[in-house]
Amino acid sequence: MCDDCGCGDPEKTSVEVHERILSTNDRVAAHNRAHFREHGVLAVNLMGSPGSGKTALLEATAARRPRASLAALSGDLATDNDAVRLARAGIRARAITTGSACHLDSEMVHRGLHHLDWDDAECLFIENVGNLVCPAIYDLGQRANVVLLSVTEGEDKPLKYPVMFKAADLVLLTKTDLLPHLAVDVEAIRDALARVMPEPALLPVSARTGEGMEAWIDWLKQVAQG
Amino acid sequence: MHEYSIVGALVSRAEEEARRHADPRVLGLRVRVGELAGVDTGLLRTAWDLFREGTCCAEAELEIAPEPACWGCPGCGEAIAPGAVLRCPRCALPARLCRGDALVLERIEMEVGDV
Repeated sequence: MCDDCGCGDPEKTSVEVHERILSTNDRVAAHNRAHFREHGVLAVNLMGSPGSGKTALLEATAARRPRASLAALSGDLATDNDAVRLARAGIRARAITTGSACHLDSEMVHRGLHHLDWDDAECLFIENVGNLVCPAIYDLGQRANVVLLSVTEGEDKPLKYPVMFKAADLVLLTKTDLLPHLAVDVEAIRDALARVMPEPALLPVSARTGEGMEAWIDWLKQVAQG
Repeated sequence: MHEYSIVGALVSRAEEEARRHADPRVLGLRVRVGELAGVDTGLLRTAWDLFREGTCCAEAELEIAPEPACWGCPGCGEAIAPGAVLRCPRCALPARLCRGDALVLERIEMEVGDV
């Protein structure tokens, strides 16, 4: 009943919530994280534009560590092409086909884990949907976020997509074998990164020539031990 | 365009709250969206207008409180200007985000029928 006149009008009420909007995603991510910890698996969320070289990086990683036990969930709107490539490279892989969704969320990863033999792997890569916007805000339960930026994408990419680069633990500058053919200033990329990422970590790599690949694998080992 | 998934989460939360209150009319939701939350407020509003139809939020207004980003030094508290290198010029410590990444549902306004 309304307080003013007792007329029987409906009453307005306000429910204080103060909860993260993505709290359901956060809960499932925590569940995934607990699974990864329990099995001692390093889970890495790989993000980057379409064509930034995520699949090629994993192929080159597997080629350098043929005896390592690697697993991957690979997200794309359509096709399982990347998962097929990864399987061919010796990585236990499963595609997550998102339909129209522009990112992976923790529930998709959780469902994907049920269809992949991952729990005795050293490292599980979650190859996110190619996109520098949406994937940044969804916790998947990963230990580390790695963002790939290929040398052809432009020096100011970090400034244009600050949320993505702020979320990164490591940025891989990919396709460095193309640098001699381009007018790209790597220092300008470093400077842009320092304006969006408080502790900028940039590692130049080439899946084709192998430049930086050992440093990348060392980084993974350090994170796994840390 | 993940703003649709954000709206989906908001509507689910409002439906949950509405069930607790014997299915009232939901009048409005207030959300706080940080500049670095990764959500475009214009797209969020468009997604809200499209997605709320046929739900308990069909008539509900979405109030968006923006939260500007603010970086500072965790040591001396010095503010780091927007666009500057995220390292304290005095202490050389990496800057910390003081605020600006919130993506929070603050409250739900409902009209509860007289019982």
